[in-house]
Amino acid sequence: MPSSICVTKLRIVRSGKVIVPELSFEIEKGRITGILGPSGSGKTTIFRSLVGVQEITSGEILVLDLIAGSKLLRNRIGYLTQSASIYPDLTCLENLKYFAKVLGTSQISVEEILDLVDLGKNRNQLAASLSGGERTRLALATALLGKPDLLVLDEPTVGLDPLLRIELWGLFHRLADEGKTLLISSHVMDEADRCDSLLLLRDGALLAQGTPSELKARTGKEEMEEVFISLVADQ
Amino acid sequence: MSIRRIWATALRILQQLRHDPRSIALMIMAPIFLMTILKYVYQGQPQSFQSIAGSALGVFPLLIMFLITSVATLRERTSGTLERLLILPLTKLEFILGYAKAFGWAALVQAVIVTSFAIGPLGLQIAGSQLSLIAIAVLDALLGMALGLFVSSFAKTEFQAVQFMPAILLPQLLLSGLLAPRASMPRLLEIISNFLPLTYAIDATRKIISGTGGFATDFAIIAIFLIALLGAGALSLKRRIK
Repeated sequence: MPSSICVTKLRIVRSGKVIVPELSFEIEKGRITGILGPSGSGKTTIFRSLVGVQEITSGEILVLDLIAGSKLLRNRIGYLTQSASIYPDLTCLENLKYFAKVLGTSQISVEEILDLVDLGKNRNQLAASLSGGERTRLALATALLGKPDLLVLDEPTVGLDPLLRIELWGLFHRLADEGKTLLISSHVMDEADRCDSLLLLRDGALLAQGTPSELKARTGKEEMEEVFISLVADQ
Repeated sequence: MSIRRIWATALRILQQLRHDPRSIALMIMAPIFLMTILKYVYQGQPQSFQSIAGSALGVFPLLIMFLITSVATLRERTSGTLERLLILPLTKLEFILGYAKAFGWAALVQAVIVTSFAIGPLGLQIAGSQLSLIAIAVLDALLGMALGLFVSSFAKTEFQAVQFMPAILLPQLLLSGLLAPRASMPRLLEIISNFLPLTYAIDATRKIISGTGGFATDFAIIAIFLIALLGAGALSLKRRIK
């Protein structure tokens, strides 16, 4: 399997604090990889370094065979930030249309994407008046614009009702089937089973990497929560 | 540089403004209200109204655009939308020019209404043309915008951003010759005032009101400040943080 992201000896120190001591991993193309870890484990910082907005102290990050942050990557990565980065004083449609114009993608796809995240009926509603879950979905819609090869999604399902969560995971799998690579962070361990591959993270270091069933077999546990606890204990 | 992305950004900023009718009302009504007060404060001294109201026509748009821009760009920084945009194919200069375009249009509408009100109902007499008065008001507004954009990069909170107005603009206003002629200031202050953009903004408005002409140099100097500040503003946007 070719890799979509290749991180080698990544170290990130931010204002004197070591966020990531030394981290190496690879993410396979066309699959859903989950990064799981408690909050404060460095998930967001690592994501930010992958999309090129976080300066790294040392190491190397290759994204789609280019150095992270490269100009050529700017229309190939869809990034969902943890707190929805959308304009609260614009409607859903206006938000999407703006990001679409910046990307130079067709305006027709805007309508499709609104339906895809189930915000068709909210199209003319101001983003400020959306619920938390709806706002996340709007931000997700902006990340899906332009059909990027790689989707980096920071906690996309947080605060969503279970039905919608299942729907979104369905969408993620459809995207992966189309050949997109998805990197999804979560601190909810029960979402791990929906990923093709997992990276378990603690204090910026890799606890384990593998498929959910591999990790379960290795630790002899059934629940992902227990897998995590047993890996921490073995450390 | 892509004209399409600059247009898109300007349109987006104007759309945001459209959803905020109270801000639009304040933008237009506040200067009209202040000009009206000036008119009656100086009822006994029509000569003073002539000189102060004229300069105020250049100062109001500058103050208002400074405040709006510094808060708006700070909001883009803190809400993550700026970071989100800069990982897309949008350059920093396109972002800044988008702001300049949007607020330039807003300033034009403001200037047309406010100068017409001052010349019409308030009876402000100008020897020069209203068109050049509008032009200087728009240029001043853009200068305020560029200053606001630039200083907002030194602010971490909206609280700090707003404080930059008394810290950056008021000293310039005091030295601009609005209150006392610059020639009567201590030499050092006069020299300093030569390097402040507001001095030329006030100077140009005065010349237009009194019809002495020769404001083209002022326009040129303000334009140079404007370009330099927009450039500095673009450089102050960071794509990547430490």
